[in-house]
Amino acid sequence: MNNEFVIRMEGITKEFGSLKANNNVNLNIRKGEVHAILGENGAGKSTLMNILSGIYTPDHGSIKVNEEEVAFHSPQDSIGAGIGMIYQHFKLISAMKAWQNIIAGPSGSLMLDKKSCKRKINEICEETGLSLNLDAYVSDMGVGQKQTLEMLKVLYRGAEILILDEPTTVLTPQETDRLFSIIRKMRDSGKTAIIITHKLYEVMEISDRVTIMRKGEVITTLNTKETTQKEIAEIMVGKSMIMEFPRLKIPRGDVVMKVKDLRLEDLVSMRKLNGVSFELHHGEILGVAGVSGSGQKQLCQALTGLQKIDSGSVSVDGDEIAGLTAYDIFNKGVAQLNFVPEDRLGMGLIASMSLVDNVMLRDYQNGDSIFIDSKRAYKRTEELVEALDVMHPGIDKPISVLSGGNLQKILIGREIMSEPNILIASYPVRGLDLGVTHKVVELLNEQKQRGAGVLLIAEDLDLMLEVCDRIMVMYCGKISGIVDPETITKNDLGVLMTSIDEECPNG
Amino acid sequence: MARIVPLENCSMAKKVRIRVFAILMAFTLSGFLLLFLGHNPFEVYASMLDGGLGSSYRVKETLIRTIPFALTALGIGLSFRMKFWNIGGEGQIMMGACSATFIGLNFQQLPSFILLPLMAIAGMIGGGLWALIPAFLKVRYRTNETILTLMLNYVALKWITYLQYVLWRDHEAFGYPKIPNLVKNAQLPKIFGLHIGVLLVPILVIGIYLFITYTKKGYEIRVIGENEATARYAGMPTSKIILGTLFVSGGICGVVGMIQVAGVNMTLSIDVSNGVGYTAIIIAWLAQLNAIAILVVSFLFAVMVEGGSYIQTVFQIPQAAASLLQGLILFFVLGSEFFIKYRVIRDRKTRIVTEGEV
Repeated sequence: MNNEFVIRMEGITKEFGSLKANNNVNLNIRKGEVHAILGENGAGKSTLMNILSGIYTPDHGSIKVNEEEVAFHSPQDSIGAGIGMIYQHFKLISAMKAWQNIIAGPSGSLMLDKKSCKRKINEICEETGLSLNLDAYVSDMGVGQKQTLEMLKVLYRGAEILILDEPTTVLTPQETDRLFSIIRKMRDSGKTAIIITHKLYEVMEISDRVTIMRKGEVITTLNTKETTQKEIAEIMVGKSMIMEFPRLKIPRGDVVMKVKDLRLEDLVSMRKLNGVSFELHHGEILGVAGVSGSGQKQLCQALTGLQKIDSGSVSVDGDEIAGLTAYDIFNKGVAQLNFVPEDRLGMGLIASMSLVDNVMLRDYQNGDSIFIDSKRAYKRTEELVEALDVMHPGIDKPISVLSGGNLQKILIGREIMSEPNILIASYPVRGLDLGVTHKVVELLNEQKQRGAGVLLIAEDLDLMLEVCDRIMVMYCGKISGIVDPETITKNDLGVLMTSIDEECPNG
Repeated sequence: MARIVPLENCSMAKKVRIRVFAILMAFTLSGFLLLFLGHNPFEVYASMLDGGLGSSYRVKETLIRTIPFALTALGIGLSFRMKFWNIGGEGQIMMGACSATFIGLNFQQLPSFILLPLMAIAGMIGGGLWALIPAFLKVRYRTNETILTLMLNYVALKWITYLQYVLWRDHEAFGYPKIPNLVKNAQLPKIFGLHIGVLLVPILVIGIYLFITYTKKGYEIRVIGENEATARYAGMPTSKIILGTLFVSGGICGVVGMIQVAGVNMTLSIDVSNGVGYTAIIIAWLAQLNAIAILVVSFLFAVMVEGGSYIQTVFQIPQAAASLLQGLILFFVLGSEFFIKYRVIRDRKTRIVTEGEV
């Protein structure tokens, strides 16, 4: 390894609306190293790499490849500069053979010389240790083979620097080992690899250096050999922020929701719940911590009837709601259960509709008339907007013009309007500034005070340690521990979250 | 190199400017075409208008043509609201016409005031069921509704052909392959010189507008169309709503079939819908599903179609040329939507120099 920087990113800033996905990020990649980019979901890893691979153009900042300033407008520009990205979701044509996928692309001559193409591919295979049946159809390939094919594709186009976005998410442990040995061999042949990941043990195993990102910023870059998993974990989840959230000290009530051995398999995202059991009490905030993708989303969807479960039971105040659909849970009044989903505009709010139309989503059925009680809807919207201090250009305007914080106020405000017994809030403070975060915590505390059981899924451990009465840690679709935030340290939480000694079979 | 980027918040004035410019462009281009054919384009355009609106008879003809356009557009517009791409208006019209005709031919002894409502209900059920097939398959098996509704149009067409040539063929028509005419009882009465189906247009325009804007069901349809995940989240029975809406959507098309049979053609034939189901898609789209705009656009379309056939006879312009003219107008108006939603920007040319390149 030498000290020559093959990539220099300086002062990269990228904003999406009011969200700073990358804020003044500096990143240097040495030639011939394996460089891990580590961070939680939403830390800005993928945004940064998408900038490097030409998908996004940064708002500010410069990129130098081999000390030569470049401006990428498309992935073609980036691959032209020798940077190839392998995405989490493969971009392959399944009706074509492997070698056809490799040569398909914008920079081909009119006529194909099949023989020389294949010769070139075979040379790459020999050099890097990749192996693949070039005449196999993509549709017949397994996930590992498809990944190999993606790598061959970018190498064929002359990539010297490979970016792998969470490459092991879809792989079995054996395939992961194989991938890592290939990456090592490629490094030895002079190529550079950047790996995006949130798994600590992978960082330790494969990388030479690691850059840790949090909330859109690079915290530090370390030599992997000179650090420990514990240190990295600490940096990744972050030091305490200067932020105080009061924990409301009230005695908790009876059990409101009892979840027993909940199991499901999400065939789309390949995530599972492997037997989740816990109890939620009246008048408490139960935090759910865990690396993103540990089953939190499936848990929320299962509890709210949005996803079918395979087995298990969920009882709310004695009534069984497992197996009911969202429609049943909501309309038959079985449970007073409300849900604040994580992706506000993807589920929960309707971007193109007005504030009024959005606020009445939960209670438009009110009254016997076939007509909507629009007077009531307007009144309730005005009340909500006023109570939560929502900045808006008019309650008749599409909700999409609101900022993230105001959207969240409307969403939570609507969900607590009916004073539910249970409130499930999934990442309710993600991407919000401090002021709104405080407001959200205040609202959750109000619910707790009122006697509701609150299930709070979040990634900000500091906040959870301050606000929650108990914290339940999920790992790999299971609960790896339920702990008392008064006594546990963040490091111990980190250990539970990553369960170092146990590898997660499905990421 | 140039790139295309989405344009947010196009101002109303700009939208109007773009659309007017598009129409002018269409008339200019077709003007050259007419010049090439040896006609004065201004004269042709003037008589097109004359053909559509020049006399009370022509206005009447134009209005009769407006009715199926507007009703069908309103009908399929309902499915479009849910982003259910119902391309099957054509087939739903035919199946509605078929079941209405069945009643009309077999129960002709019934008095008008019973027979006609029966035929309308039969038409509604025929069209509605035909639309339910792709809706059910989509809800249950996630099939593609665009392909299925389109294909079902051909099934319907072949079915009507079979009826016309074999099953319901009128054997007293001197070998001419036609289905017997409906008796007087089964024909729609006239009002203001138009068949009574015309009354349905304002009723449906206002009704659908109120339904979509103010009712709970209308709200559900809007929510499903914008964001199905949110609809499920809010506890809406999405599958049921999709099925119900498609039945109504197809049912309205079916009633159009009944109207065309009992009010215009007085018999069922393979020409019963005559492309109305397809034209209505364009109308609904141009009107952006707004019920009142659908009425206006339908009327303009009817003027264009009537005027188009008028200039064929007056100027001896071949039919293909008249269709070309309509096509050009559509092409420009629909194409101009691109400039309302996107803009084209030019990149600064940047050259990327890599190692190894000289």
